[in-house]
Amino acid sequence: MILRPKLPQMGLRTRIALAFAVAGLLLSMVISLATLGLTRQNLLQDHYNTSFTVFINNARRVLNELTSETDDEGRRSIIERLGQTSGGFSLLQVGEAWTATDPRIFGRESVPASLQQLADKGTVARIRSKLGDTTATMSALPIRSGSVQATYFEAAPLNDIEDTLETLFAILLSLVLLSVLLSALLGFWAARKLLRPLLKVSKAAEALATGNLNTRLDTPGDSDLDPLATSFNEMAGALQNRIARDAQFASAVSHELRSPLMTLTASVEVITNSASRLDERGRTALKLLTDDIARFHTMVENLLEINRYDVGAVDLRAEPVNVTEFVQQAISGHQQHIDLVTSVETAGTILWADKRRLQQVLLNLIDNATKYGKGEIRVILEHEADCMLLSVEDDGPGVLQEERQVIFDRFNRGQVGIRRGHSSGSGLGLALVEEHVRLHDGKVWVEDRGDGKPGSRFVVKLPISKSITAKLLAT
Amino acid sequence: MSTTTRILTVEDDERIRTVLRLALEDEGWIVEEASSGEEALVAFSSSSIDLVLLDITLPGANGFDICKAIRRDSDVPIIMVTARSDTHDVVGGLESGADDYLTKPFAPKELSARIRALLRRARTSDNNETPLIFNDIQILPDEGIVRVGNQTTRLTKTELRLLVELASHPNHVLSRETLLERVWDLGYFGDARLVDVHISRLRTKIETSPAHPRHIITVRRMGYKFLP
Repeated sequence: MILRPKLPQMGLRTRIALAFAVAGLLLSMVISLATLGLTRQNLLQDHYNTSFTVFINNARRVLNELTSETDDEGRRSIIERLGQTSGGFSLLQVGEAWTATDPRIFGRESVPASLQQLADKGTVARIRSKLGDTTATMSALPIRSGSVQATYFEAAPLNDIEDTLETLFAILLSLVLLSVLLSALLGFWAARKLLRPLLKVSKAAEALATGNLNTRLDTPGDSDLDPLATSFNEMAGALQNRIARDAQFASAVSHELRSPLMTLTASVEVITNSASRLDERGRTALKLLTDDIARFHTMVENLLEINRYDVGAVDLRAEPVNVTEFVQQAISGHQQHIDLVTSVETAGTILWADKRRLQQVLLNLIDNATKYGKGEIRVILEHEADCMLLSVEDDGPGVLQEERQVIFDRFNRGQVGIRRGHSSGSGLGLALVEEHVRLHDGKVWVEDRGDGKPGSRFVVKLPISKSITAKLLAT
Repeated sequence: MSTTTRILTVEDDERIRTVLRLALEDEGWIVEEASSGEEALVAFSSSSIDLVLLDITLPGANGFDICKAIRRDSDVPIIMVTARSDTHDVVGGLESGADDYLTKPFAPKELSARIRALLRRARTSDNNETPLIFNDIQILPDEGIVRVGNQTTRLTKTELRLLVELASHPNHVLSRETLLERVWDLGYFGDARLVDVHISRLRTKIETSPAHPRHIITVRRMGYKFLP
């Protein structure tokens, strides 16, 4: 079962923050637009009402003061007096004569034709129309009083309202932006809060994967998260049980093999003690029996040893080890002749190591070299930075590039091993070497021989400084 | 010890017991057999045994208990046979008083070598060895005892051998490898726990305060030394 995320390129946190931001944007935009619309409507209505009252008052004054005798001068004086009281612009048409508060802003050309037509028909008219750069409410009142035939126009610009609305728009826009930002932050924070338990789960899973099988999650007492923690813990428990069962099975099998193996080993030795009484065929069979029991023995020993790593029952018995002395001691008892190459720097180097395991590492590598080489084996000790390199070289066919990893796997002897029909290995020797070396914080790998001749070179790299300064001084 | 060596093998698996008898008889030793702890104690008290090969896992009383029971009044060499080389089994066996241990499955040749080393150790302390006399410690190898102040303590052959080795070089540090070589014939790859557990056993016997030893001193990273 694979859960495929819809937007694999974006993190969950980013996505949640983004969703919050979009929601914030929409919400604040709706509110802002509504506010803007309502305010605009109210302001316009107000303006409309006030300007109409002013207009009617002004028109009344014009009506009262205007007579047929009123000349240009008189009309101008009427209009000028009006201009002081209202915020609008007045325009008086008497026949062909136009008198304006400010003809540049509201003169006869500014009067829209529609308004003119309405006024000509003798009705009071109001329209909203363009006035220069701005909009204005324009009103017209025809005056028919005796001989006077005039029309009074007034324009009340919406300047103020537009300014107010513009300011309001700017404020609302910044509020929208702010709310988007805040929503995004809120989303990010919420996502983090939401993901924190997930982060714990991922850390725990990582710990499980690295072999810490006792890892469990605390149940936070949250009805939404507890099921996750519980099922994670159940999974970890099941995993631990399964691994433990497998390891215990291997352990039990190996232990059960000990007793018959003990009898076999001892019996074959008793027979060997009196091998002189056997004939040629018997001795050949005895030799086969002895060899295979020895191999069986090694296999069980290796299996038990490697099983300790699986059940987590490794007891590291580390002590200071003089590497040169150690290697000399380890190879001195070997049937095979082994060359030892050391240098001045390596003399006296002390490693903090488990001697028994380190011996198994070296002997397993030598054993491997004996099996696959033609008999020339070299052990090389070198210093490299704060590490010790312990290499075993043979003159065999070498290890193919693609097999250099897998030969350290359990029961994997590589193509050469299979082709040449080597069956004497337990298939666990190199796997055990790797486990032992890892236990010492070291690394093991196989490469070509240093001198370019055919053959393989197994290198064990063990840290010196760390082990010596930290562990040794602590003891 | 004058004529033949008598070895008691305590092992509940009859097949292993039989084959061990065959292997040990090939070496010219006489083998007594016991299949349980109780049988072992009976066999041990009824004939003179020179060495005991004791399996840890036994029905009834286990190897540790039997070892302690034998140790109460005997310094006979004891080799413990453990099922695993874990610290618990090995240290447990050595702390109960065993001189050496082997882990199953072992080769009879290895066993014979260990037995011979132990018997040699047992014999050397039978032959006149010079007592080592210091201010408040007197080591009398021939009698198998050590006197601290006016307190007299019996030591096992191995403990005695170890103490004599250390006391013969007073104020001189002996490494674990050296001690393994000289006391157990084991050398470089011997189990250092043999030395460590025997040292702690020795301390409980001769030190007034084993946790703060005055005579057998641990020299960090080097080994042990004897202060008279």
